[in-house]
Amino acid sequence: MTAVLSTRGLAKRFGSLVVAQDISLALPRGVRYALIGPNGAGKTTLINLMTGMLRPDAGSIFLGDDEITSLAPEFRVKRGLARTFQINTLFPDLSALESVTLAVLEREGHAGTWWRSLPAYRDAAGEAHGILSSLGIAKDAYRPTRELAYGRQRLLEIALALATRPKVLLLDEPAAGVPKDESADLFEAISGLASELTVLFIEHDMNVVFRFASRIIVMVGGRILVEGTPAEIARNPEVRAVYLGKAAYG
Amino acid sequence: MLASLFSVLFDGFAYGMLLFLLSVGLSVTLGMMNFVNLAHCSFAMVGGYATVTLMNSFGWPFFATLPAAFLSAAAAGAVLERTLYRRLYRASDLDQCLFTIGIVFISVAAAAYLYGTLQQPISTPSYLQGAVELFGMRFGVYRLFLVVTALIVTAILVASLEYTRFGAQVRAAVDNPRMARGLGINLDRIFAATFALGGGLAGLGGALAIEIVGLDHSFAFTYLVYVLIVVAVGGLGSIGGSFVAAAVLGISDMAGKYYFPQLGAFVIYLVMVGLLMWRPAGLFGKR
Amino acid sequence: MTSARAAAADPHRYLEAQVRWRRIEIAFWLCTLLPFVLTPAYLQLASQIAITALFAVSLDLILGYAGIVSLGHAAFFGLGAYAAGLLSKHAWGEPLSGLLVASAVAGMIGYAASFIIARFRHLALIMITLGLGLLLHEAANSASWLTGGADGLQGMKIRPLLETFRFDLYGRTAYAYSLVVLFLTFLAARRIIHSPFGLALRGIRENATRMPAIGAPSRAHLRKIYTLSAAMAGVAGALLAQTTSTVSLEVLSFQRSADVLVILILGGAGRLYGGIVGAIIYMVARDQFSGINPQFWYFWIGLLLVVVVMFLPNGILGGLAKITARWRSRLP
Repeated sequence: MTAVLSTRGLAKRFGSLVVAQDISLALPRGVRYALIGPNGAGKTTLINLMTGMLRPDAGSIFLGDDEITSLAPEFRVKRGLARTFQINTLFPDLSALESVTLAVLEREGHAGTWWRSLPAYRDAAGEAHGILSSLGIAKDAYRPTRELAYGRQRLLEIALALATRPKVLLLDEPAAGVPKDESADLFEAISGLASELTVLFIEHDMNVVFRFASRIIVMVGGRILVEGTPAEIARNPEVRAVYLGKAAYG
Repeated sequence: MLASLFSVLFDGFAYGMLLFLLSVGLSVTLGMMNFVNLAHCSFAMVGGYATVTLMNSFGWPFFATLPAAFLSAAAAGAVLERTLYRRLYRASDLDQCLFTIGIVFISVAAAAYLYGTLQQPISTPSYLQGAVELFGMRFGVYRLFLVVTALIVTAILVASLEYTRFGAQVRAAVDNPRMARGLGINLDRIFAATFALGGGLAGLGGALAIEIVGLDHSFAFTYLVYVLIVVAVGGLGSIGGSFVAAAVLGISDMAGKYYFPQLGAFVIYLVMVGLLMWRPAGLFGKR
Repeated sequence: MTSARAAAADPHRYLEAQVRWRRIEIAFWLCTLLPFVLTPAYLQLASQIAITALFAVSLDLILGYAGIVSLGHAAFFGLGAYAAGLLSKHAWGEPLSGLLVASAVAGMIGYAASFIIARFRHLALIMITLGLGLLLHEAANSASWLTGGADGLQGMKIRPLLETFRFDLYGRTAYAYSLVVLFLTFLAARRIIHSPFGLALRGIRENATRMPAIGAPSRAHLRKIYTLSAAMAGVAGALLAQTTSTVSLEVLSFQRSADVLVILILGGAGRLYGGIVGAIIYMVARDQFSGINPQFWYFWIGLLLVVVVMFLPNGILGGLAKITARWRSRLP
């Protein structure tokens, strides 16, 4: 069975700083992956490489059987690879509904139409509203994004990504900055994600990781240290050394 | 033929040095704080009018007015930065453009009100007039003086950037403002000082420009375009970039006007657009 | 916000509320007929205002909605003006077809330029738009065999509108013509803003980084709006040429690009009517103060810019919107 998203020998450096080295992964359909590692290990960089925001110095990226290494970011999204950002990257002046409707319209290829009025696209608006409801933020649908509470903005981040109907979803620290009383909604949303969707999320909170992930990838110093089930990772002495600081790394 | 080519090159280089003095302050402050100060040439006007006033109304000798031009423009820069500009550091590019264009309009109107709209005449000292023969080539004395002054200023700038603590702080602030702040560098003071210094240099440029291109109330506008070209092409925050871009632009302009007079300023605009398309961050800018 | 309360749980009613014609809009357009009755001596000025308003709306499409800061938009205004002028001089002088030709010329050149424009941002973009505008002005100046150079285009022959209404000094035909063209083009602009494409443009303006992440081809979008905006600016320029039977180099000048920018900011960018409001205020004020020394005019404009940026960042319409919002929130 071909992996939905795979990379081979991905590498990237900025001058003498190596941020990614020999990254090879194969993510099958429907599996929940957690990507963990110390700060500066290169986790967000990896997402940037996979989504096309950074160009790798070496290696290749595949979506299914298709190579996407030199494909522009917006075309990777059209092929089913979506992501969220660690810091909310939303449209401050657009309402939540407008934002998600825009994503739906882009997906359908209607966003270039300038001669038809927006309300005519009832299906897109309905779908957008549905996505917002499924994440529990429908009642904020009509307010400008900048007025939403931080936790609800994080949910909108996910809504935007879901609106593209991805096959693979990369979540960059979905719970980052979310106060404890709002994070329950967030995790409910994540656990409610469709089972055929392959999800990779970067996370620091180990409780979250062990609760949601069926496989864990550990990155240190730009390299993948080890990959395995939560139980395997928890037992792994190298991983414990990295987190407890006994081994010297990077 | 070769002699005229050489004189075009030299005159163009001298003009470029003038543009450099006018532009270097803007390049550094733009690179440091990303603050689009389109009123930069108003500082040049302050310096120019200071020289005019001191020479014509108070009888000061030309050389004595130059430090005064520098200081008055530097003071104007410092005051403007402290009172108005610092509120706009977080504003959008467009807002900064519009605000500073407003300042230009006000300064141009003020200059017209105070000094009228005609060219300001000054009589440069006789030892700076005429031409000399060196190595078989004729050099205009004033232009030679301009080039030497600009090179001395460049040397002082580069040396202080490399070898003084202040210079190191400036370089850090241009390279990575957030990190610099994190290191405890007082960004506000660095910026105010750099702003004043840049303004002062523009003022010096304005004073020196009177003999070459004249001074009138619309100077702040006329030379704004050239200064912007130098800064955009040279790269924000780069003294070396400004130097090269100013020299290239000065020579292109002179050569264009000499060899293709019917094209007018077409050549510089074409060079600018082409260079920017090739290197949007400027020749030496941060990528 | 009333539309939020009305829409409750219904996304369709919310979106419809956004695009519905407001009463104040209808009132505004009815008021544009007033000059025929109230100030018949000023119809030439009214025509100029309508033309400038159209030009400002075209700039709003790229600046207020897509976030492209252009210091050279007069290029398309001038291209439209010269196209209409040259057409009437060398071919035929029928105004309506001239308008279409001018719009097409400006639009095509806008399309070509858009490939450059869409690739750059920030200072490089500002400088490139400035540079291209200055280039075109210089080129027109040099090509005096075509454009008449500094003397302006000579020998234009504009035929009466619909073969009936002559363009005369009183300006009745001029204003009626300009107003109708302004209204129709405004309808098109309004439709663009309220379409899926308009939403995409606002997305680019609000957060250009997010757009590729939702699969949006931002550059293609930018090229499209730049082309449409250029065509619209060309219509405005052609109107000027046809209603005044003159075209001078001034239509391509930096001065004109800067003026329209000030007008748009004054009225409020990204608000559809900002360009129109700004044009009315600016041009009426300029006409009233035309006796003043130009230096003083620019002093006040400078002060205005400073004040607007500091205290009214969204222009007059933005300020009004804030006041009405605050007033509404005080009501029960």
